[in-house]
Amino acid sequence: MTSASTTTPRRAVWLVARREIIMRVRTKGFVIGTAAIIVVLAGYLLLQNTLFGGAERSTVGLSGQATAVAEPLKQAAQQLGHEVETRDVPSQQLGRQQVADGELDALVSGAPAALKVLADDDLDADLRNSLNGLAQQQVLAAKLAEAEVEDPAGVLNQVNATEVQVSYLNPPEPDRGQRLVMGLVLAFLLYMSVATYGMQVATGVVEEKSSRIVEILLATLRPWQLLLGKVLGLGVVGLIQLTVIGVVGLAVASATGALTISGVAAGALGWGIGWYLLGYFLYATLFAAAASLVSRQEETQQVTAPMLMILVIGFVAGLNMLVQDSAGAGATVLSLIPLLSPIMMPGRIAMGTAPVWQIGLALVLTVATIVLVTWLAGRIYRNAVLHTGSRVKLRDALR
Amino acid sequence: MPASSLEIDHVTKHYGDVVALQDMTFEVCAGELFGFVGSNGAGKTTTMRIALGVLAADSGEVRWNGEPITFATRTRIGYMPEERGLYPKMKVLDQLVYLAELHGIGTNEAHRNAENWIGRLGLRDRRLDEVQKLSLGNQQRVQLCAALVHEPEVLVLDEPFSGLDPVAVDVMSKVLRDEANAGVPVIFSSHQLDLVQRLCDRVGIVRNGQMVACGTVDELRASGDVQLVVDAPDASPEWPAELPGVTVVATNGTRRTLLLDAGVDDQTVLKAALATGEVTEFSRHKPSLAELFRNVVSEGNAV
Repeated sequence: MTSASTTTPRRAVWLVARREIIMRVRTKGFVIGTAAIIVVLAGYLLLQNTLFGGAERSTVGLSGQATAVAEPLKQAAQQLGHEVETRDVPSQQLGRQQVADGELDALVSGAPAALKVLADDDLDADLRNSLNGLAQQQVLAAKLAEAEVEDPAGVLNQVNATEVQVSYLNPPEPDRGQRLVMGLVLAFLLYMSVATYGMQVATGVVEEKSSRIVEILLATLRPWQLLLGKVLGLGVVGLIQLTVIGVVGLAVASATGALTISGVAAGALGWGIGWYLLGYFLYATLFAAAASLVSRQEETQQVTAPMLMILVIGFVAGLNMLVQDSAGAGATVLSLIPLLSPIMMPGRIAMGTAPVWQIGLALVLTVATIVLVTWLAGRIYRNAVLHTGSRVKLRDALR
Repeated sequence: MPASSLEIDHVTKHYGDVVALQDMTFEVCAGELFGFVGSNGAGKTTTMRIALGVLAADSGEVRWNGEPITFATRTRIGYMPEERGLYPKMKVLDQLVYLAELHGIGTNEAHRNAENWIGRLGLRDRRLDEVQKLSLGNQQRVQLCAALVHEPEVLVLDEPFSGLDPVAVDVMSKVLRDEANAGVPVIFSSHQLDLVQRLCDRVGIVRNGQMVACGTVDELRASGDVQLVVDAPDASPEWPAELPGVTVVATNGTRRTLLLDAGVDDQTVLKAALATGEVTEFSRHKPSLAELFRNVVSEGNAV
């Protein structure tokens, strides 16, 4: 009648996956959702930049004799990593007004040896130390001159050059702050991607069951082909989203100067994408198996709740431990538990606190779990997916 | 071996202790429209699902052209499940192309077929709409397209006529007839017995998982007890009772429906009637499919 031949398994899986990709990527939800996450992420980075950047910079008004300390003040503050902008203020009155308006962070007046500072409700510690130092030096210089020391300037320089020598048992990483933020962002993105796309697999399975199209599909597809195609298709959609968000986030963060270690970040993103694939595959098959037990969308939440709970609790607890001590026992244990590794491990890798053997162990355990879960889930799905009506008991589905 | 036929051979299926099918056996040949009737829960859907491989039989076999049906040959069947199945959020055209491709049709041909069936079933204006936006009747037409879009060699349709308006019933009937005429064995279930009687070449009646009557509509109607309708206005009310082996089953004025025992010659009854005077009507009453069906089902209940 026709020349049509049976679909090869690979083509069947591809057709199912392609449908999922086209159906999701075309929706407004996907485009808007991705854009929204990027905007939130970029907003967070910019905000952080201005907030912390703002804290490192002060505008100081100088009036009267104090105008003489403009340069020394800038230099002293610079040494403490604080940027000072000075302005000459013609009158105390005006300076007072500008401090009140927030235009100036502080108004400095008086003789260099007896500086008076007026601030609104808070004086930056670095600024205060710098000013103290300046005043002390003036006093010291005066006293040295009084004592008729031979070379007062030389003595002062020697005093200024004196510093304690610090050595560390664990040298602090210069980029610790950036790495922490990176690890947290990555853990969050992975949690979100795995949860979102895992749930989409569950909803997709139930959609096919509740609309009964699964009967038509399974007359021409084997259950594993349908399941694999769906998981792969949605996984690709999640991968596209994660990659777009990651790359745009990286670019924005580097461009704004919030991130100065782009190389490390790119590496972390690479690890993150790898772990996403593992985590997604693990949860997607679990979600699919759970969803195949029910026939109505209302029941999806019930059967997927236990897994979602593990994910949420793991994420919340894990985030805390990452912030406190990403190399500590708690974070280490959580990052080695197969169901949590995909979220925790990339965070620790980004922070640079995961030894290679732990990464390897987590990979091995996760992959082993995936093999086990896929076998179980395939069995449950095959037995339950055509059973419509009441909820299938797990015991019956495993037979 | 017939050119092309679908054989259901002694298929048995249990759900726990409940017997859903017991030695279900029948055959549908090329070019034949086979009507499958029976009460709710009699086993029609189960039979169809087993034929499609959606369900596994406990024993028995489904054969296509003499060979047991395999996964590969199954893709050559067009199937319309009882509970309609389509992706609600997918566009009509995309959906049909997708289903055709899954059945092994190349992309271009899939498009051609989909457009062709969309046109034949009058859905051209709706082809880019999501299925969930269509009326139920139109969804049903899409469902038929879905069964036909891969040019199947067998059609298995579960309740294709339920919920259709009269125009849609005519469209659906014509499509099924055309398919059968093109050499495709068509099997469908229905509760609309007048429709089945009008449309089908052969009919199977199922009761409690067993085929209790199977044959052409005429064969079925001719089988069973012989009933005569006789109108003899001049006869006394008791006249037929005097004849041996004849009982009156219905009286309407002077018009009576008589049930003849096996071996009683209807010509004897005619002569006896003529002996009473004028006979204005004498005919052999053929029960409608609906009457047959009711008889068959009530027999089952009596057991």
